[in-house]
This record gives sequence, C-alpha cells and structure tokens, in this order.
Amino acid sequence: MSTAVALTAEDAEKKPTSRRWRADSLDLVVTPALFLMLATLLIVVWNYSDFDQTTTNILEPAKLWRQFQEQLFVAFWSTVLVVVIAVPIGILVTRENVPKIKDTLVSILGLGQALPAYGLIVLFFVWLGQGAVTVIIALATFALLPVLRNTIVGLEQVDKAVIEAGKGMGMTGVQRLAKIEMPLSVPVILAGIRTATVINVGMAALAFLIGGGGLGETINAGLKLNRPTAIFVGAVLVALVALAFDFIGGLAQRYLRPKGV
Amino acid sequence: MNAEPLIKLEDVTKAYPGVEEPAVKELNLAVNPGEILVLVGPSGCGKSTTLRLINRMIEPTSGRIIYEGEDVTKGDPNELRRRMGYVIQQIGLFPHRTIAENIATVPKLLKWPKDKINDRVNELLEVVSMDPSIYRDRYPSELSGGQAQRVGVARALGADPDVLLMDEPFGAIDPITRDRLQNEFLRLQGELKKTIVFVTHDIDEAVKMGDRIAILREQSEIAQLDTPEHILTDPADEFVENFLGSGAILKTLTLRRVKDIELSPLVTFKEPFQRDQALREMSDANTNVAVLLDRNDHPTRWIDEKALNRSSSLDRAGRPITVQLQPEDTLQDALSAMLTSAAGMAVVVDARGHYLGGCTVESLAGLLIQTGQESASS
Repeated sequence: MSTAVALTAEDAEKKPTSRRWRADSLDLVVTPALFLMLATLLIVVWNYSDFDQTTTNILEPAKLWRQFQEQLFVAFWSTVLVVVIAVPIGILVTRENVPKIKDTLVSILGLGQALPAYGLIVLFFVWLGQGAVTVIIALATFALLPVLRNTIVGLEQVDKAVIEAGKGMGMTGVQRLAKIEMPLSVPVILAGIRTATVINVGMAALAFLIGGGGLGETINAGLKLNRPTAIFVGAVLVALVALAFDFIGGLAQRYLRPKGV
Repeated sequence: MNAEPLIKLEDVTKAYPGVEEPAVKELNLAVNPGEILVLVGPSGCGKSTTLRLINRMIEPTSGRIIYEGEDVTKGDPNELRRRMGYVIQQIGLFPHRTIAENIATVPKLLKWPKDKINDRVNELLEVVSMDPSIYRDRYPSELSGGQAQRVGVARALGADPDVLLMDEPFGAIDPITRDRLQNEFLRLQGELKKTIVFVTHDIDEAVKMGDRIAILREQSEIAQLDTPEHILTDPADEFVENFLGSGAILKTLTLRRVKDIELSPLVTFKEPFQRDQALREMSDANTNVAVLLDRNDHPTRWIDEKALNRSSSLDRAGRPITVQLQPEDTLQDALSAMLTSAAGMAVVVDARGHYLGGCTVESLAGLLIQTGQESASS
C-alpha cells in the first residue's frame, strides 16, 4: 500500500555514537589528582623536614628503592597467580555441563577474605616458612575472590540470546567462549582484576612480617623507632603505588573494553 | 507436492527428565523445498521446541531428523547448524562485532576466503535494503530494532543455506515496522525461494506468511496442517476454530489481493475541468464523490458536491487523496485504506501511479458474504 504517511522513526538515521563519557571514567581524573596531591606532599615533607640520623638511615634512597621493587614484585606475582587460578575456575564453573558448584565455591573463598590478610600471611608462614613466595601465595588467596566472582558474574551477564545465536550458527563451545563470552565479559573481569591488584599492592606492605621485604619495612622501622616522618614517607609511598596501579587498571578497563559495547 | 521433502521429522519425541509428559510427542512433519511452513499454536504447545529440534539446539529423545535425504540425528550438530540459517526473536547480534563481522559469522566458520566473504556481506546488506557503505562498519548498538532484525536475517543467510529456521523473528518489533518487515521478507522470499520453518503465536502473521500452516496443540500435536485458505474456511475441529478466533472470515482478507476483486468505476475529472459540467456528471452518475486526476492520470483529490459549490478555486476543492492502493495490496490493506479515506472508498493505481479504478466497501462486503456462505456450506 503506497501511503503518503511519513515513514516511521525506524528509518531515521541513528547517529553513530562516539565513545561516550562514562561515569566510570571519573576515576581516571580523580586518581591522578589524588596521586599528584600526595606526591607533592611527599616532596614537601622530604625537602623541608629535619631528618635526624635515624630517620636518614631509615629513609636511605637505595634502601627505599629496593623495598619499592620488592613491593612491586610481591604485588605483581600475586596478581598474576590470582588471574591464572581464578579466571579458569570462573570459566569452568559457568559451563553448561558442569555441576552447579559456583555458589558453594564463592562462599568458601569468601571465608578466605573474611580472615584478615595479616592472619593469612601468618598462617601461610607456619605452613610454608618465610620469604616473598609465601607472601605471594597468601595474598593470592586473599585476592582470589574478587577475580573469581567477577569472572562468574561477567560470563553470566552475557546476553543469553547472543550465545544462543552463536550456537545456532554452529559455533562450537570453545568458539563461543573465545569469540563471544570472553570478549563480552572482559570489562567485568578486568574490574575484578583491578580490585585484586590494588588489594595486593596495599597488602604487600605486610610482606616484611615474614621476611618478604617491601615498603612495610620502612613503616615498621618508623613505628618502632618513633620517627613520624619515616612512617609518613613509607605510608605515602605505599599509597602512591596503589594509586598508580589503580590508574593503570582504570585505563585497561577503558581501552580493553570491546568496541561497540 | 511431488518434490521430496527437504526436512522430515519422523516420530520425534522430546522428553525432559523429571517431567512426565513429553514436550514433543511422536511428531511427524515434512517440510517441502521452497515453502514457508508456519508452526503456530498457543504458548507452551512446543512449537519453539519443535523448531529447535530441527537444528538440534535441542536433542531429540527418540525419532529421526532427515535433512536433504540424510539422517542428521547423529553426527556433529555444529556442522548441521552451519547448513541452516537461524533467526531468533531477540536476534542476538554480537554487540562487539561490526555489522559486517556479524553477517560473516558462518562464512568465517566455513573458512571462506576473505574476498568471497567481503563480497557476500555487501550482497546480503543490499538484499535486506541496507547500504553497505553506511552500515558495514557500524555496531549493533547503533541500529534500530527493525534494522537489527534485518541484519539478523542477513546473518542467517550468510553462507546461503537452503533452510531458514525462524523463531518468532518479528515478535519483538512494533506493529508498523513488523508489517513492513513481513512484506519485505515475503518479497525477498519470492526471489530467494528458501525453505523456511517459521514459528509464531500470532495467527494473523501465520496466515500472512505461510504457504502452509501447522496448527499445533499441546505436545506439538498437529491439529491441522494445510494452506491458510483451507484452514480459515474449513477448520478441522473446535480447537482450530477457537484458535482462529471469531474473525476467521475477516482474516481471509489478508489472503486476497485488490486485483482479485472487480474495481468499481468512479466518476473522474481531469484537470482542467468546468464546475458546472462536473456537477452535472456527478448527478448523472447519482454519486456525490468524484476523483480529480492531474494531467498524468495520477489521482490527487476527492471532490464532492459541497466542495464544488463552496470552493472558489477549483484546484483546491475537496480533500487530498493520501492513501492509494495497488493491485498487489491485500484486501486487508484495502479495508483500512477505505476506513481512513475521506470518501469512504479507496482509489487503485498501477505501479506508476496511474488511476485504475475505485474500491468500495460494498464490493468487499459482497466478497466476504460469499466466502462465509462457501465455508458454511462446505
């Protein structure tokens, strides 16, 4: 029927949406701002406070540099360990043909997070002895839950119709996982990894407790010897590292998000 | 039909563990090549399950599925699915892939060469009336519902399968767009001649789309399987009658075309014309409505006596004709055109807009009464 009635809105050109300014982009501004504030404060304190001999000893740059590297080492490898363990488990428990154990699993691992990190480190020390590796394993246990939970949630929030369409077109289970489910859950999984990273970077300050080094040594020394400046410098350095990692995580979340989503 | 059925379900049963009654019970169904077979029935009758048994999205508990003369009940279901197009109500476009990548899904799975895939994507976008240069690189979130559904159909046609399985493909789309997509799809099918199994719960859609309709009751039992005409005029039993609803005869309107009825000649004037002569002709023909044609025989305005008497300028007398019918339009369209028209009737034009005749409520009513009498006597 040829009608003179105007075409429906259906034909109105939809404008291509540019990369939208998302609410979650806010932290890409706030985090660097906070970082700069703290860094400025640190430089001011470093340059304008009077260091006595003890403080100078504690804050010896070479020592700080070593602790900084240890801190990163522990944080990095514990995060890698978390990802390598939690993501595959998350994938496994969300497969159709696997018994529904994910809720049980999440509650059990929730216990790991209910224990204080301090306690976990000591427990693992009793079991595995001292050193950075023990700290890495303890922190990995502590940070497992956010990554596992986000992997499960991320995979489950993928539109079932999209998976069904893929299946209906003859994609195998592995193809559906690799080409549909994983790309579409990347933002949620990355958010979990980001949380785990920040937990690990912060908690790595406890590594010194069992001989794992890290910036915790400086804070500890400052506390023991009653040197507030040293405590401050150590704490601010830990915070700066955590903020830096959080920022990198934010960037990853923003730029690794699949296009079109 | 003489041709060997393309798809055959033989004694197919699907039972779910823990549920006493099977969802589909010993179903036998044959789909002929090139036809649109519509599965229609109340919700929960197993029509969707039946469709999904064909490409083994649901594995049958017993029975056999024959496709192109080959038993496909066993063997790799993924291979089978790549040979059949599949369209679902929610469409399920991959949101992280461009339109082109979406359409290329099955060709890619079949490892076609890149150039061939590229050409095929362009071709398919043209087929569903979307400009490849505009839409190829867009993402699904940038499409309207109707456009997305078109891409869904294009994607299902990706590797040029012989069969399309469509599960309420137009169910989630607004009525106006749905009507357009249905028409477009029928036109497309006229060219492609695919074998289509189409699931819907909407009997009107079934009548419109189907070459044959299978009305299903619980457990996918076929209550009647026939052409829309036969089902509407000769329902097999009470269940079918109830399912068709009270307006069954009215629904036959969608099966008939304007060209099937005799057009009534209307009084026409061609520009330029004389007021007095016009009034005389109208009273001679004993009518008070006439059609004004422009120099090219395109109908432009409805004119009545009052308008002629009142209006000073003749070229603005009467009311504009907004809706015109073409011979290919259904009588359903004709009815709604008449009801919305200022004159209570509709003009019929050919493809180039030239006046052919008029269509009146009387001629439609006559046809309906005749149909009703036929079906009552059969």
